[in-house]
Amino acid sequence: MSLLPKALLLVAAFGLAACNNPDRFGAGGAGAGGAGGAGGAGMGGGFVDTTGLGDPNDPRSIAYFNQRVGDRVLFPVDQHTLTDQGRQVLSGQAQWLMTNSSYAVIIEGHADEQGTREYNLSLGARRAASVQNYLISQGVPANRMRTVSYGKERPVEVCSSEACYAQNRRAVTVLSMGAGM
Amino acid sequence: MTVKHLSLPVLAIALMGLFGLQAPAQAQSGPLRIEITEGVIEPLPFAVPDFVDEGGAGEYARNIARVIAADLSGTGLFREIPREAHISRISSFDSSIAYEDWKAINAQAVITGAVTVSGGRIVVKFRLFDVFSGQQLGEGLQFAGTPQTWRRMAHKVADAAYSRITGEGGYFDSRVVFVSESGPKNNRLKRLAVMDYDGANVQYLTDSSSIVLAPRFSPSGDRILFTSYQTGFPRITLMDVGSLRTQTLAEQPGTMTFAPRFSPDGGRVVFSLERGGNSDLYMLTLGSGNLVQLTNAPSIETAPSFSPDGSQIVFESDRSGSQQLYIMPASGGEARRISAGQGRYSTPVWSPRGDMIAFTKQHQGRFHIGVMRTDGREERLLTASFLDEGPTWAPNGRVIMFTRETSGAGGQAALYSVDISGRNLRQIPTEGAASDPAWSPLLP
Repeated sequence: MSLLPKALLLVAAFGLAACNNPDRFGAGGAGAGGAGGAGGAGMGGGFVDTTGLGDPNDPRSIAYFNQRVGDRVLFPVDQHTLTDQGRQVLSGQAQWLMTNSSYAVIIEGHADEQGTREYNLSLGARRAASVQNYLISQGVPANRMRTVSYGKERPVEVCSSEACYAQNRRAVTVLSMGAGM
Repeated sequence: MTVKHLSLPVLAIALMGLFGLQAPAQAQSGPLRIEITEGVIEPLPFAVPDFVDEGGAGEYARNIARVIAADLSGTGLFREIPREAHISRISSFDSSIAYEDWKAINAQAVITGAVTVSGGRIVVKFRLFDVFSGQQLGEGLQFAGTPQTWRRMAHKVADAAYSRITGEGGYFDSRVVFVSESGPKNNRLKRLAVMDYDGANVQYLTDSSSIVLAPRFSPSGDRILFTSYQTGFPRITLMDVGSLRTQTLAEQPGTMTFAPRFSPDGGRVVFSLERGGNSDLYMLTLGSGNLVQLTNAPSIETAPSFSPDGSQIVFESDRSGSQQLYIMPASGGEARRISAGQGRYSTPVWSPRGDMIAFTKQHQGRFHIGVMRTDGREERLLTASFLDEGPTWAPNGRVIMFTRETSGAGGQAALYSVDISGRNLRQIPTEGAASDPAWSPLLP
C-alpha cells in the first residue's frame, strides 16, 4: 500500500468518526459518560476519557465499528420500527459489542425537521429505544446502554428535501469506554 | 434594565382632579372605540406629540412618545399621524386641548404627556383625548420608576390607551423568553434569552454550552421552565429569573423529561416523561416533589397546557395514529379529542382568556398556526409556511407569537406575531436567529 491512499483512508476515518462524536457539540455531550457529566465542569476538573479511534482495519477499533459494522440505522418518515437493513446492521453491532465488552454505548435517536420540536423528541426516543431493544434481544446487556433523543436538534444533513431527511431520521450507536456506566 | 426589574412595581397614580371638566362634547359621532373582533378594520388615526419636558427629561420626552406610537401602530389597529402634520403644539401638559386643530388633520385620538427625571426617578404622566367627542377618555395616569425602566413607562401608557379604546386588556408591558440561535444548521448553538415583547432590551440567561429548548414563564414571571441538555440528556429545568440559578426537576435515571409548563397557580409543573421510548404526561408539585402520572398509553403524549382555571389540560397525542389534540381533567383521566380537521395537530396552548386553543398544524407539507374553540369548533388557520410552530399567547389573548423557520441549508428561525384574526403578521426584530418564544404575563 502506498503512502498516499493510506493517508486518505485515515482522513476518511477521522471525517466519519467526527459524525459519531457527540462532543463536537461542546460540553456536556452525552458521550462524555460518567466523567464529563454535570459534575465534571470547572477548571479542568473531572477525568477525561481519551480513546483512539484506531485503524478501521483493526476489528477491535472504534473506527472499525463506525465504518465497517456501521454505527447507524435509518428510519422511514414518522416511523420507529426497524427496517430489514437496520436489523442487519444492528446484528453486526450486537456481535461486535459482545466481543468488545469494555465499551459502553449511548444510542442517539434523531428526527428530520418535518415535525414539531416536542413530537420529534418523542419520536427520536422511540427510535433509540427500538435500537436498544433489538440489541438487548441480541444479547447485549441492558446496563451497557443508554439512550438519548435529540429530536430535530442535530441534523447531519442540512438540505430541506428527502435526500437529507432520510439521513437525519437515524439512530446512532456511540461508543465510549467503560461498560457499566 | 436588569432582569430583576421584571417584578419591580411601577407606581401608577391616578391624577384625580388634576384636570378640570371638559366642555360638553358636541357628540356628532359615537365614542372612540375599536371593536377588534370585527373583520376588516380601518386603522384608527392617532397623534402622539413629543411629551413635555417638565425637568431633566432630555431625550426621554421624545423617545417615550416614539415607543408609544410604535406600540399602537404595531397592532395594525392604529395609524399614527406624523408629527410634521400636527397643527397644535403641546407646550404644557395642563393646558387645554385645541380639538379643532386635531380634527382638522383627522386625528381621532391624541395622547399627551409629560416627563420629569430627578433623583434617580423618572415620572411619566399622560392623558388620552377623544377628539371627535371633545373629551378626555379616562383619567390621567402617572407612572414612576428608575430611568432605566423608561420603555416600560411608554408601554404602560400605550397599554392604557389601547385598553381604553379597544376595551381589551393591554400587552405591551410584557416580556418574551425565547431561544437565541447561532451557527449553521448542523451545529446550531442555542441559549436562553429574554426581551421586551417588541424585541428591545435583550438579556441572555444561559450560555450556549448545551442545548436549551422551549422556555416557559411562570404565571408571575419570576421563574422559567425549560428543557436543558446540560447533563447530556434532556431534563426539565427550573430557573429563578432574579438569580439565574437553575435546578433540574423530576430526575429519574434512564428517563428523558421535556415540554414542561406551569399550572396557573405556579405550584405545579405538567410535562412529558419518556421511559423505554414511550412518552407520557406527568404532574410534579414543586413544593413537595410529589410526582403523579397523568396518562398511561403506548402512544406519544406531549405538549401539555393548562386551562386558565387550572381544571383541565390540553395536550397532543398520536393515540389515533396521528398527532391530534385532546383535553383531559388536570388530575388525569378520560380525554376527549377536540381536533377534527385533516392533517396533524400539535403544540396546543390554552388562551389566557380561556376561550380558545392555539396550535400548530401540518397539512400537505405545510405548517400552520391556528386557533380553535375549546370544543374544536371554528378552527381558523392564521399562517402558512414551510415551518411555523410553537404558538404563545399575548397576555390579552388577542395576539400570538410563534417560530417561523425557512427551508434549506441556510434555513433560519425567527419570531413572528399575528393577530388571532389572521391580520398583522410581523417579524419581531432579534439580533440573530430565534425560536421557541413564550410570552410573560402583563408586568405589574
